[in-house]
Amino acid sequence: MDLLNIFIKSAFIENMILAYFIGMCSFLAVSKSVKTAIGLGAAVIFVLAITVPINWAISELILGPNGIFKTDLTFLRFILFIASIAATVQLVEMAVEKYSPSLYNALGIFLPLITVNCAILGAALFMVAREYTFTESVVYGVGSGFGWLIAIVLMAAIREKMRYSQVPAPLRGLGMAFLLTAFLGIGFMSLMGINPATYFANH
Amino acid sequence: MAEVVVAPIEVKPSEPWFGKNEKKLINDPLHIDNPITVQVLGVCSALAVTTMVKPALIMGISVALVTGFSNLVISLIRNGIPKQIRMIVQLVVIAVLVTIVEQVLKAFSFDVWKQLSVFIGLIITNCIVMGRLEAFAMANKPWPSFLDGIGNGLGYAWILVAIAAIREFFGRGAILGYKILGPSSEFLINTKSSSLLSWYQPNGLMVLPASAMLLITIIIWIQRSKEAKLVDIS
Repeated sequence: MDLLNIFIKSAFIENMILAYFIGMCSFLAVSKSVKTAIGLGAAVIFVLAITVPINWAISELILGPNGIFKTDLTFLRFILFIASIAATVQLVEMAVEKYSPSLYNALGIFLPLITVNCAILGAALFMVAREYTFTESVVYGVGSGFGWLIAIVLMAAIREKMRYSQVPAPLRGLGMAFLLTAFLGIGFMSLMGINPATYFANH
Repeated sequence: MAEVVVAPIEVKPSEPWFGKNEKKLINDPLHIDNPITVQVLGVCSALAVTTMVKPALIMGISVALVTGFSNLVISLIRNGIPKQIRMIVQLVVIAVLVTIVEQVLKAFSFDVWKQLSVFIGLIITNCIVMGRLEAFAMANKPWPSFLDGIGNGLGYAWILVAIAAIREFFGRGAILGYKILGPSSEFLINTKSSSLLSWYQPNGLMVLPASAMLLITIIIWIQRSKEAKLVDIS
């Protein structure tokens, strides 16, 4: 129940994009079609599911005061986190290039930019701040990746519909994307403050 | 929309150090090729640090310095970087520069450092820095790359400051921390210090991150209705 709680919370209530507005760059640029959005969303889930536990291990076993060096090395956190994320993304990029060249071309510059997707580093930092255990960090990584996928697919679906609407010319495309994100964000604010644990206990 | 790939710019050795091409590198990102409103890079921090002007200003300057110098360094070593590990090399350069900026801020402006600490770290993951490295510095000479970095950083900074000014003015009735509009606490104690503008009720919407999205939408709307070639025809 506790793990389910973390999953629901990270996917919906504390949605990376629509509640915290983290990881916007690729969200705005790749949400033109549902197909590409699903591809990138899956890549983000995969990267988060791997990097959050790896970064958990780094911060517990290497950087923490109880780690192998027996000293507090937390000031090195940023560099080590980003290095492990970059290595993972590079592996994913090579795999995608080999097995799905069409997805590779569709994602373009935004695949390497997953590395600098604030959501990935943000998830690692939230994981440290909330003092999750190893299992919890795996669930948290998958959950926030899932929330990211939901948000980008939602957005892509609305934008595909928007193509048939009469939007004022200067707002077409990017302008509409910003406006929609603002409204989706305000909508997701209504989920804030809900605690799944008490909700399940009462129902 | 997100075509960030820029054709390499030919600079002949006989050309002046700050000729037409170089001016274009600085001017374009300020308006016609703006990182936030046209290239869609670096939006995350635009939402988080823009509730007040001062942190937005410091953030903008820090980003401009980091983009400029990381472009310079990567451009200098671009021919020695193997393609497969380029991202790690780029990130290490960025992380070192960000650490320098953070330490300098901590030493000279401690209160701002405290206010910004998380977001200074998140410059590492700011898409502008890496986006410009991938799109420009990997294919161009050091001097144009440096100017491109500074130009993009400044293009980012002015949007940040503009949004922050609007949000602080309407959300808190203040600019740079000085109260201009709205009922102040002094007003409640001493009626003499009340200003003519104390009728204003601060707008709570402007404090929410969503308001930054709305303001960027308005900026895009204005910009694209003036520049017809930026309009998305797809």
